Amino acid sequence: MAEMDTSSGGGHKKGPGVKKQKKQSTRVDLTPMVDLGFLLITFFVFTTTMSQQTAMNMNEPKNDSTNVMKVKNSGAMTILLGKANQVYYYYGQLEADKLSEQFKSSTFKEIRGLIVAKKKATNIDDLMYIIKSDSASTFKNAIDILDEMTICGVPPGHYAEADITPQEQELIRQTELANGVK
Amino acid sequence: MTAMCDVAFLLLSFFILATKQKPPEALAVKTPTSVSAKAVPDKSIIITFTADGKTFLALGDDTKKEAVVKNLNDTRNLGLSEAELNKLAKAEFIGFPINQLKGSLNISGTIPADKMPGIPIDSANNEMVYWLKSISNAYAGTEQSKLEQMLLVKGDINAHYPIFKSIKDAFKDNEIYKFRIVTDGEAPPVGSELYNSEKKN
Repeated sequence: MAEMDTSSGGGHKKGPGVKKQKKQSTRVDLTPMVDLGFLLITFFVFTTTMSQQTAMNMNEPKNDSTNVMKVKNSGAMTILLGKANQVYYYYGQLEADKLSEQFKSSTFKEIRGLIVAKKKATNIDDLMYIIKSDSASTFKNAIDILDEMTICGVPPGHYAEADITPQEQELIRQTELANGVK
Repeated sequence: MTAMCDVAFLLLSFFILATKQKPPEALAVKTPTSVSAKAVPDKSIIITFTADGKTFLALGDDTKKEAVVKNLNDTRNLGLSEAELNKLAKAEFIGFPINQLKGSLNISGTIPADKMPGIPIDSANNEMVYWLKSISNAYAGTEQSKLEQMLLVKGDINAHYPIFKSIKDAFKDNEIYKFRIVTDGEAPPVGSELYNSEKKN
C-alpha cells in the first residue's frame, strides 16, 4: 500500500532518565485519497465533452429576377420537407395528370440513398436538387438536408433552396392525410 | 502502487486544467448537428432563436458594439441618451422590439434573456433588417469581409422553419449573402461519399 512516512528522523538520543516511549506508527493510509482521485478522474472523463461547436457555411442566392437559373427537367430533383420530419420528393416538374405517381414520400433515413442514386444517374452538369421547406418543418430539418448534400458530395451550386408553392403545400397536406402523419 | 497513484493524479490534474467550464447559457438552445469541421470564431455576432420563436441578438465584437447601437439610434430616430446607448452596448443579449428599447433601458438592473420578449421578425415587421443594416453600416468598407466571418445564426432544432426564413430574408435585404450556422460537430456517416473522400486524403 502507498503510505507516507511522517516519522521524524530516528537517531534522537534521549537522556538517561527518560523512559522509552512506545513507538507509535506515524504512517498515513493513502488508500482513501487514491480512491477519491480515481473517482474524480472518472467524473471528469465522463463529463468532458470533446465535441466543439462548429460553424456551417450558408450561401444565399441573390434575389435577381433577371438572372433566373434554368434547370433541366431530367436533372432536377425537388426535395420537400414537411412536418414530423417527413420528406417528400419528385423528379423533374410536376405534371397535373401524374401527380400521384410523381409525388412520393420518404424519410431522412432513406433520402440519402435517393440523393446518391439521382447523382449517379444524372449527368453532373444537369444535376440540380431543389430544396423546399414547408412552414411546419423545423430548423433541424432545413440544416439536416443541407448537411445531407455535403455528406453525399453534391458540389455547391447543384442544390438550392426555393420557396414552396401552394400546389406543393396542398400535395403535402394530402399525403400527410393519406399516411396519417400528425 | 505509488506509480499508479502518480499517474492517476497526473490524469486528474490534466482533465481539471483542460476542461473549459461552460458558463451556464442564458438561452436554452439545442443546436442541430452537421459534418462541418470549422470552429466557431471567438468574436462573433450571433443571432439566436429559441424553440418558441423568440429572437435575440448578441454583439460579440466589443470594438464595434457602440458603433452599431449608435447607428441604430440615428437611423431609427430612437432618441436614446448617451448613458442609454452605453447600457445597450453593454447588454449581453438584445431582445426587445425597437420601440420598447428605451423603456427597457430605464429599468434598473439587467433583465435575464429568458424574460425578454425577443426581437420581432415576422414578415410584416422584421426588425432584424434594421439591426443588420446598422451592423453592416458599422463594418462598412474594408471590414466587410471581417463581418462575413463573424455573422452566426444559432437556432434551436425545434424552431419552425419560417423563423429561420425570416432571418435569412433579413440578411438578404441587407445584401448579405454569406453567414454561418452554429452546429454541433459530428463525424460523417461511415460509407458515405464524404467519409470516403476524407479517408482518401
